[in-house]
Amino acid sequence: MNWVTTKRIFRAGFLDFWRNGFVSLSAILMMIFTLFIIGVSVFTGVILQTTLSEFRSQADMNVYFTVDAQEQRIVELKSSLEALPEVKSVEYLSREEALAAFRERHQNDQLTLQALDELEDNPLGAVLNVEAKDITQYGAIAQFLQGQQALQAGEPSVIDKINYFDEAHRAAIDRLTAITDSSKLIGFFIILVLVATTIAISLNTIRLAIYTSRDEISVMRLVGAGQFYIRAPFMVEGVLYGLIAGVITLVLFYPLTWWLGATTEDFFGGINIFSYYLSHFPLFFLLIVGTGVVLGAVASFLAVRRYLTI
Amino acid sequence: MAALQDVSFSVEPSEFISIVGHSGAGKTTLVKMLLAEEKPSSGSVFFESVNVHEVPLKSINTLRRKIGTVFQDFRLLPNKTAFENIAFAMEAAGRPEEEILSDVPHVLELVDLGDKINNFPSELSGGEQQRVAIARAIVNQPDVIVADEPTGNLDPVNTFEIVQILRKINDLGTTIILTTHNKGVIDSLKKRVITMDRGKVIRDDKEGKYIL
Repeated sequence: MNWVTTKRIFRAGFLDFWRNGFVSLSAILMMIFTLFIIGVSVFTGVILQTTLSEFRSQADMNVYFTVDAQEQRIVELKSSLEALPEVKSVEYLSREEALAAFRERHQNDQLTLQALDELEDNPLGAVLNVEAKDITQYGAIAQFLQGQQALQAGEPSVIDKINYFDEAHRAAIDRLTAITDSSKLIGFFIILVLVATTIAISLNTIRLAIYTSRDEISVMRLVGAGQFYIRAPFMVEGVLYGLIAGVITLVLFYPLTWWLGATTEDFFGGINIFSYYLSHFPLFFLLIVGTGVVLGAVASFLAVRRYLTI
Repeated sequence: MAALQDVSFSVEPSEFISIVGHSGAGKTTLVKMLLAEEKPSSGSVFFESVNVHEVPLKSINTLRRKIGTVFQDFRLLPNKTAFENIAFAMEAAGRPEEEILSDVPHVLELVDLGDKINNFPSELSGGEQQRVAIARAIVNQPDVIVADEPTGNLDPVNTFEIVQILRKINDLGTTIILTTHNKGVIDSLKKRVITMDRGKVIRDDKEGKYIL
């Protein structure tokens, strides 16, 4: 293919795109819809993912010890916890480390730090941070700890509290368990159906656009045009649909994510989709525009083929 | 029942041959087979020494460039101007830009449409559209022009003009295959006439008249 042919193909593609304005417009609108759905499903996936991992990281179990608990007994308990098959890891936070972490967390809160300095002794007990292999197993671990306490009935308990028993925490874990299992599957399925449907509609829109040109294609054949020379301008048109639709979709996402950014951050915890959109823009550009271009080119390629049979 | 049966004839270079017959006699089917638009269930069509139905789909277009085609319904590309319609045939044949710029106005002048060069088909009358179609058919200087009822949709004045143009092209050495059921056209031409009826050739006269 030489330069003159390339130039002619592009010129024909652009001209057809412009002169079939209404057909081009409807194809682009349909494509925007498809690309928008794809973009939304990516955002949904990201929000779901971060929300779940946020939940997950909060869904560990903290065992708080009394201030006068002996370190040796805590270490014993730690190793017996680690021996449990349900437990993934146990982290020991000594009283001093707990205090340092507290100061770190409240470094901007002078009032609290002052109050802390007023105290003569470290008011914090040591903490064991227990992470289970599966979030449904915290109940079993908590029961184990209670059993341990019961065994030492004579002595004062070293465990101050297990925060798994906090109602809020428990509710969060229960909710999380429910969400993880069902939402992943349902969400994935819904997104899959939506994306497949819109892609099918886009393909069909382009097929219809080319259907209106079927007579022209046969005339082009009879006038002596080669298959590639007929097909290529249609593919240029398809690529144009995808390119324009992709850019419009990306522009649409800008105010949309800006508007939803703060809400998603507050509601789902952790992720601001606006900043996510901006920081991952090259990725979104590739995904949205790339999908549009490939969709347009492939749809045109396939649609023209049906009419090239003479 | 087959559309065509036992049809056999040959056309010499620079000949002007008319194929006549009632509607449904098989004229259009015959033309479609000449252009490899349809395949015969048996028999073959030769262009020079090439069996056109053995040419693969991928390269049939190079053969079609040697055959200019004109149809009853003009078949111009509706989204292209008169200039672009003719230029398309040249571009498809890979002709350079300078030739297109000089040849297209020239053939449009030849069919007396020099002033409608930038009009779209919808802005032209039937006769004008058909003249654009003829200009498109001859621009690549084909060996043969196949004209399938080119005057079928035209009034007598335009019919006369189109036939005059075809005659002129024939005088310049291009073979013309014309199908028609217009008695006046045939009788004024005084050229070879093949008469068809129900898919068969029933007459082949050297200087024929419309007899049906």
